[in-house]
Amino acid sequence: MTDIFWLIPFVPALSTLILAVFGRKLPKKYVSYQACLAVFISFAISVISLIGLLQTSQESYPLVKNLFSWINSGSFQVNLSLQLDPLSAIMALVVSGVGFIIHVYSVGYMADDEGYTRYFTYLNLFTFAMLILVMASNIVLMFVGWEGVGLCSYLLIGFWFEKHSAANAGKKAFIVNRVGDAAFLLGILFIFVHIGSGEFTAINSAVSGGAITQGLATLIAILLFVGATGKSAQIPLYVWLPDAMEGPTPVSALIHAATMVTAGVYMVSRMNLLYTFSGTAALIVAIVGAVTAIYAATMALTQNDIKRVLAYSTISQIGYMFIGCGVGAYAAGMFHLYTHAFFKSLLFLCAGSVMHALSGEADMKKMGGLRKYLPLTYPAFLIGAIAIAGIPFFSGFFSKDAILTQAFAQGQYFIWALGIMGAVLTAFYMFRLIFLIFHGEERIEPEAKKHIHESPRVMTIPLVILAFFSVVAGYIGLPVVFGKKLNWFRSFLEPVIKEGHEAHISLGTEWILILISVGVAFLGIIIAWVFYIKAPRIPQRLATRFPFIYKLLFNKYYVDEIYNAVFVNSTIKGSEIIYDKFDLKVIDGTVNGTASAAGFSGKILSYLHSGLIKDYALIFLLGLIIFLGYLLIF
Amino acid sequence: MIPVSYFLVLSILLFVMGTIAFLIKRDLITMFMAVEVMLNAANLAFIALAKSANSIDGQIIVFFIITVAAAEATVGLAIILLIFRQKKTIKSEDIKLMKG
Repeated sequence: MTDIFWLIPFVPALSTLILAVFGRKLPKKYVSYQACLAVFISFAISVISLIGLLQTSQESYPLVKNLFSWINSGSFQVNLSLQLDPLSAIMALVVSGVGFIIHVYSVGYMADDEGYTRYFTYLNLFTFAMLILVMASNIVLMFVGWEGVGLCSYLLIGFWFEKHSAANAGKKAFIVNRVGDAAFLLGILFIFVHIGSGEFTAINSAVSGGAITQGLATLIAILLFVGATGKSAQIPLYVWLPDAMEGPTPVSALIHAATMVTAGVYMVSRMNLLYTFSGTAALIVAIVGAVTAIYAATMALTQNDIKRVLAYSTISQIGYMFIGCGVGAYAAGMFHLYTHAFFKSLLFLCAGSVMHALSGEADMKKMGGLRKYLPLTYPAFLIGAIAIAGIPFFSGFFSKDAILTQAFAQGQYFIWALGIMGAVLTAFYMFRLIFLIFHGEERIEPEAKKHIHESPRVMTIPLVILAFFSVVAGYIGLPVVFGKKLNWFRSFLEPVIKEGHEAHISLGTEWILILISVGVAFLGIIIAWVFYIKAPRIPQRLATRFPFIYKLLFNKYYVDEIYNAVFVNSTIKGSEIIYDKFDLKVIDGTVNGTASAAGFSGKILSYLHSGLIKDYALIFLLGLIIFLGYLLIF
Repeated sequence: MIPVSYFLVLSILLFVMGTIAFLIKRDLITMFMAVEVMLNAANLAFIALAKSANSIDGQIIVFFIITVAAAEATVGLAIILLIFRQKKTIKSEDIKLMKG
């Protein structure tokens, strides 16, 4: 049953090809069916492969399908080969499953867009690249997928490129990612120089066989992680993700919440032996994750754009996943990735539904009281918010709790404390969203109110499906307090991620930790309720009382401004100087000099051309005489 | 039997006459005729040498040259005719389109 797993990425690839070549001539309806069907087939194959994988013995993991030898240059050997093991099976399921739901949603959301076919071409291409990323059996092919999703992200952020801000946001995302990718590429080169192969199995056996030193492992792991901070929007390269919200909302849901931005977490989990072996690198991952988790959460507190709040929330949640990976609980990190994919894409799709109802309005100041107009979106959003806030028995609770418990168990109390603080903020800003959008007084623009309506079925059914999974997805990874063998997710990942990394604490401590994280979640919700329902003047008063903090948060710590001043402007200034001094003078001088030298010599030589046929004949004759004379003499 | 050198001397004389005529005449038609004389001087040398060497190859080449010369003559005359139509002259020094 696993024979055909390598087809998973290629079905969307074929669909992309058809749409890209014939897309203009195909009717809209056909485009929708083909794009959705392609991803659905991938999903179906993923399910079949997963079942097949469960029936295969663990000794034969990972199953590798070598399609052909791609680069064969001396000792530099790269195969185009895909692999299937528990980690890539889970990722393939999430990507194709959530991807399919979002494709269906897009059919409704993008229905009136002029670039409908282009949109689905990009979306299929993205699915292909993402599946290559998660199924590649060597790091070079993974990098191909890594760059492919970056390209699709760029294309889709700038989808409405006639809008200046969207085009700029696309460029920003692409350029910021380049910074990370340069480091990632360096990491790959180090792997090839010192290990000699990019295959994950070879890297793992080199690490566990002691073929590389700990310092080298740290260097490689950190370089790869810098790449991950770019793609997964962590400090210091997170700045592109909030701006990426210029893209269509389903894109934000699929690429900038559920799948692409979690690629860094997948990569770190894939390389878990390397990170564990290095130790230092794992600690850096955990610290960056924890700081990002709380830092991004504070920025989400004051934003008024519904999608921007969700974007900061995504950054923060990915920070949690990195905490999990950093403290050695890779399975918990992956588990949070998996549950996050459902509830965050649900939240984004709900946000899209709200914006759809209000004719594209994303400013929360112009919402309020939408509960009665959107009878389906409201409960769906509520479920998503509860799940992300960490209320018990919803999926986010299990995964976030698994991460924080492990952080505590590893003795990283500082990181655990940051995570707990982040959890309060998470619950607060999510319920701030709920109260500002769906409760309270109506602040809707009269123009938008005329067209207010619940979204069509093609959009609400995906919401229902995702809401269902946001509730139940967590039950495959129950914490240890409910029973030893209930964490099916954890034991499924066992062949890839050895359980030995994780520490165990007594059940009593674990119960206390769970109670604390539940307590802080409720605390956040209550604060939000007080601030925005009970006494709506408090936020205003706080803002005037602490204007500095409010301004700092509202302006996102001025990081964009600092980056602009330090990196962007200095680059522009430097480029201008180089353009002025080097380009114009040296390069243009050389080029123009060559041209004028050729022109000048041509002018001199052209005096030989009298245009008179007799002159030519005479020269011809002279040449002949000289030639014959030469032959006679020598 | 006339020695082959006689033919060759005649051929050289014809060739030199053609060359000089080509260089000193101004009329395109005359220059063209001079070229034909040079061509036939070469033909003569071919025939003479072919006869003396008892080989048929030289004679065959001469046939080819004559055929090509016929074609060349028509093309050359056509060009001269068209130049005359355009410029109303066939004086070689008046035609210097290629002057640098």
